[in-house]
Amino acid sequence: MVAVKVAVWAACLAPFALLVLRALGVNGMSLGADPVQEILNVCGKTGLNLLLLTLCITPIRRSTGINRLISFRRLLGLFGFFYVVLHFATYAVLDLGLAWDHVLEDIAKRPYITVGFTALVLLIPLAATSTNRIQRALGRRWVKLHRLVYVIAVLGVVHFWWQVKLDISEPLLYAFLLTVLLGVRVQHAWTLRKRTRSVDAKPAVTTAYQRVKPP
Amino acid sequence: MRKKLDTRIKPSEITPESAFMNRRTLLKAAVAAGLVPSIMSTGRAATLPANGEFTDLKKWPGSLTDKPNSFQDITTYNNFYEFGTGKGDPAANAHTLKTKPWSIQVTGEAGKTGTFTLEDILAPHALEERIYRLRCVEAWSMIIPWVGFPLADLLKRFEPTSQAKFVQFVSLADRNQMPGVRYPVLEWPYREGLTIEEAMHPLTLVTVGVYGKVLPNQNGAPIRIIVPWKYGFKSAKSIVRIHFTDRRPQTSWNMAAPQEYGFYSNVNPNVDHPRWSQATERKLGGGLFASRVPTLMFNGYADQVASLYTGLDLRKNY
Repeated sequence: MVAVKVAVWAACLAPFALLVLRALGVNGMSLGADPVQEILNVCGKTGLNLLLLTLCITPIRRSTGINRLISFRRLLGLFGFFYVVLHFATYAVLDLGLAWDHVLEDIAKRPYITVGFTALVLLIPLAATSTNRIQRALGRRWVKLHRLVYVIAVLGVVHFWWQVKLDISEPLLYAFLLTVLLGVRVQHAWTLRKRTRSVDAKPAVTTAYQRVKPP
Repeated sequence: MRKKLDTRIKPSEITPESAFMNRRTLLKAAVAAGLVPSIMSTGRAATLPANGEFTDLKKWPGSLTDKPNSFQDITTYNNFYEFGTGKGDPAANAHTLKTKPWSIQVTGEAGKTGTFTLEDILAPHALEERIYRLRCVEAWSMIIPWVGFPLADLLKRFEPTSQAKFVQFVSLADRNQMPGVRYPVLEWPYREGLTIEEAMHPLTLVTVGVYGKVLPNQNGAPIRIIVPWKYGFKSAKSIVRIHFTDRRPQTSWNMAAPQEYGFYSNVNPNVDHPRWSQATERKLGGGLFASRVPTLMFNGYADQVASLYTGLDLRKNY
């Protein structure tokens, strides 16, 4: 288990480490002609990848029964948040040189930036409530709050889609994957509802069940 | 009804007819037609040097004094969708482009139409180095030392008629040489266009080289244009056809997204792209911590070109 955890950490840190090496020009590597754009792309895409990965955990756990997978969900989610924050920081600091009037104008005027910024803001409460203690304290409300990740993922894909100049093949792929991941959940919810209904449809059984006294 | 330009490239056009003809006959015909002046025989004619390096280039006095971007940056960070939509795709894929032999078809409202070899096109012109700023519609810019000569000098040789109000440039679209052409991101072949006044403007450059070298394939070899006061995509690459017309020609980016890419596409900090600001640009080459610089009206060439657009609402004619 420790080995798996180390591997997941390493995989999550690798894109960041590679960016640092490229920025430092180690071993002839570079960020190319437009380094700021390259960092924006790498951080944005890694953030989105990790968010989609967190959405893979539950369906895989349900279908395979490997329950320990759940212990990686928070790690992936927090690393996703890390890359999304880096993505925004690159934009605000390196690209716009902390010209906050420009940043605010962009957020207000450019729909793809509005959408991306909203996703970032919505991620903050999720990251902030990710500790075991807070999770326990919030109980059912924690689960409800963290359903925001569905909205965030949709906003992330839209943000990606709207800034592409013309070739939408990549955002299209992301949109497809997200649709599958959300679709799986809708289907699961349906099945659950059907099961509950079929239970409701047999009042005798329900009554019988209710009559059983707890020990 | 607009007259539709037949833009399908027939195989016979890709392998130029002239390549099958005896070169001497062709030259004689060209001389007779006045296309190849006597300068040809003196040996001072402009040609693409076999070793790839131009010598004795005139330095154009109007060049920018900014430090040019590196040859590496200029030749590895390209938008040339015929070779893929990634910035590194053209450098990775363009080696399959065959630039020899090359010919250009001249059609439409001109006295001298026909198919001309690249050698004939270049022969009478003196090449010079011009350092221009290239401003991409994606809000970045580079300083590039191009090698070329004014497009006006070339177009005059074709004797455009009074009906020639616009010039269309058509790029090669051969899926065997250009892997990106298999994907319908843009409508192929790539088409661009200028008004005749823009095409004849002394800043508009026929370009065959960069950094004193023959143009690398990924930069639009063997022959392209550079229109320095317009967004980069207006400067058509690997041109195989020049068409003089009395109507505003189709242009590929305008066809793909007319609300985002207008026919003029002049660099204008006051007219934003519908999705992003054009007020500033990333001046590439400054490293990680060089912040954006303000974008200049007509990319800094306002003194020379603003008069082309007097009375034109640049917000509507973006």
